[in-house]
Amino acid sequence: MATLSAAGIIGQIEDKLMSLEIGQAPVFEQPWHAQLFALTVHLHRDGCFEWSDWGQLFGAKLKAHGVSKQLNGGDDYFAAWLAAFESLLNDLQLADPAQIEDMRAAWVQAYLHTPHGKPVKLT
Amino acid sequence: MPHDSDPSHPHSLLPPDPALRVQALETILREKGLIDPDALAAIISTYENDIGPQNGARVVAKAWCDDGFRARLLADPMPLLQDLGFYGRQGEHMVIVENTAALHNLVVCTLCSCYPWPLLGIPPAWYKSDAYRARAVREPRRVLAEFGVSLPDSTAIRVWDSTAEIRYLVLPMRPPETADLDEVALCDWVSRDCMIGMGLPRAPK
Repeated sequence: MATLSAAGIIGQIEDKLMSLEIGQAPVFEQPWHAQLFALTVHLHRDGCFEWSDWGQLFGAKLKAHGVSKQLNGGDDYFAAWLAAFESLLNDLQLADPAQIEDMRAAWVQAYLHTPHGKPVKLT
Repeated sequence: MPHDSDPSHPHSLLPPDPALRVQALETILREKGLIDPDALAAIISTYENDIGPQNGARVVAKAWCDDGFRARLLADPMPLLQDLGFYGRQGEHMVIVENTAALHNLVVCTLCSCYPWPLLGIPPAWYKSDAYRARAVREPRRVLAEFGVSLPDSTAIRVWDSTAEIRYLVLPMRPPETADLDEVALCDWVSRDCMIGMGLPRAPK
């Protein structure tokens, strides 16, 4: 944050203001933002973790991601959320990085091998 | 997302990497029996359609119309919010802060994006941005001015930093021109932004 000029920060918030008409913005900008939010809420609701612990973890990720750039409240914010959630799943021994990478690669193959317009499914 | 008929894409279009990662996580958790897809859809639908600033607006309008309710809301809001059904995740410990001619309240979360979900829904992108989270504390009067809220120098600004445990809702001042309106009509004057402190009540368009 300290590496950014005040003008840069102001410019960004002005950009936000331009797109800020009340009630017009969707609740979630991207489907994966909504999906990630729901996964987190689902696990929390089922007692897998305390929200205060999540807040600390997520706050630390936001801070780390914000060292090299000024984060926006959309993709940047949810990228930090995703990193924090993956870290949480690893801590909870629910999914480790290798498992996640394997499953991601499987989905990539599924997309690449599904003809256009057909539903994409894992085989 | 697949296109309908684009010969340049013989296969389905690959989603962006974070979307693939989230899809992978959902698959892993579902295979472990930890995630119910219907419950996921219900969570998304609830926050997209049912929970939002209209809840907070009802509380504000009621406080404007009923001095007893207002006093109890400021002193001990949780029993009242539970009665109204505006209670739940990320709204377990609410503090209501009242704007006056002498004091304007502004809410931020410098840690991440803690926000009173049962009353306001999911925070807008600007609330989650680094720019707001940093500047709201450092130069609140200037940020307010950029949002179109110019306060007299005689009005002090107090910034409340939300936490995972305590969430804040701003009770704005009732505009004098609403004196004849009832509670239902008043709800339309109360925007999300004015309950964060980044706006003032305005006549509905």
